[in-house]
Amino acid sequence: MTFRVGISLAVGRPDSGTIDRVGAKAAPAPVVISAAGLVKRFGQTEALRGIDFSLTRGEIVAVMGPSGSGKSTLLHCMAGILAPDAGTVTFEGRQIEGLSEAERTRLRRTSFGFVFQFGQLVPELSALENVALPLLLNNVKRSTAEAEAAAWFPRLGLEGMERRRPGEMSGGQAQRVAVARALVTRPSVVFADEPTGSLDTIAGEQVMELLTAAATEQNTSVLLVTHEARVAAFAQREIVVRDGRVSGAAR
Amino acid sequence: MSVPHALLGLLEQQPHHGYDLKRLFDSYFAPDRPLAYAQVYSTLARMEQRGQVRLEAIERAEGPDRRPFAITDGGRAELERWLHEPLLPEPHLQAALYAKVVLAILSGRPVEPLVDAERHAHLERMRELTAIRRDGTLQVALLADYCLFHLEADLRWLDVTAARIDDLRRQILQVSETK
Repeated sequence: MTFRVGISLAVGRPDSGTIDRVGAKAAPAPVVISAAGLVKRFGQTEALRGIDFSLTRGEIVAVMGPSGSGKSTLLHCMAGILAPDAGTVTFEGRQIEGLSEAERTRLRRTSFGFVFQFGQLVPELSALENVALPLLLNNVKRSTAEAEAAAWFPRLGLEGMERRRPGEMSGGQAQRVAVARALVTRPSVVFADEPTGSLDTIAGEQVMELLTAAATEQNTSVLLVTHEARVAAFAQREIVVRDGRVSGAAR
Repeated sequence: MSVPHALLGLLEQQPHHGYDLKRLFDSYFAPDRPLAYAQVYSTLARMEQRGQVRLEAIERAEGPDRRPFAITDGGRAELERWLHEPLLPEPHLQAALYAKVVLAILSGRPVEPLVDAERHAHLERMRELTAIRRDGTLQVALLADYCLFHLEADLRWLDVTAARIDDLRRQILQVSETK
């Protein structure tokens, strides 16, 4: 199954000239966010059983694993949405457990972005207003916020659709708006939980292209939870969570 | 499917005659496509030349073809190497992957490291293809997609298998008790 253009299922051999792009890596980037010994319980269930993990500046990492393995819980703990029962999350040198709820909220608003599977856009607001919303919450002037939001639309492939409401868009279009909304504040980290989960192949691919390309441009790190290998392949590396632990091979 | 490695895995348990090896191979690895005797013996002969198996001392009052084969240290090393090295992602991996999983269970080796190593090798290749399709023409992207979907199918099979390891172990060990 080798094609004329050299695209085959086989792993690129040194002489095949196809793996340079992945192999070449610059000096190691600084760690942006890390977890150490993370434990989280829900009643009797131990969802996380001691996870160590770190994300460097601009890095895109896929978190894989079966349903119920703890991958979403890991994301929620790292984002400060859930408080771990043991262990620490350190963001840019500060332990987020030590912060007040108000400080954590501010952190999520200014330094983090979020993309979920669905239902994250405000249905009453237009696409443009949805993208501008995080800037407005950070006290950016409305005209500036809307201008910055509008600048995203050509890149989203949604020029002319700025005034549509989420209900008047396809799932893929709405999800691209959600990606812009997550990135518009130029956050340090975007947390994406199954961002293509409810989309077909092509729409999902467009969302992933947009998310990874835009995050790379602004040097935003991405923690991408997915159970789909094709989606995980957009990341630079993967970790596999199984039974609340990071499993063997790739760390 | 790597017949020599499957035979090494069976011989690792205990020495077997060619006939037993064929029977065990068929029941564990290829219920749908039994091995020909000729293939079993020619494979064993090649493995003997490579120093991976040897014929045991002649049993009393038995002809040469009743001598059982045994694994050598060289054979054990080769089996270890094969089990731990992820298979290169390529079409029709399924039989070889399956053989690895079954052998790991039969020999009491942990299965998960094997599955993880294979998943990692597959994802590496998928990342390369994703980069190729990003920078290529639509034709290139479509060809890369074809490969990506096949690799993804392998991975889904691995995930399903990993999720059912306990049941599989129970069933395989049951079969092995009745042998």
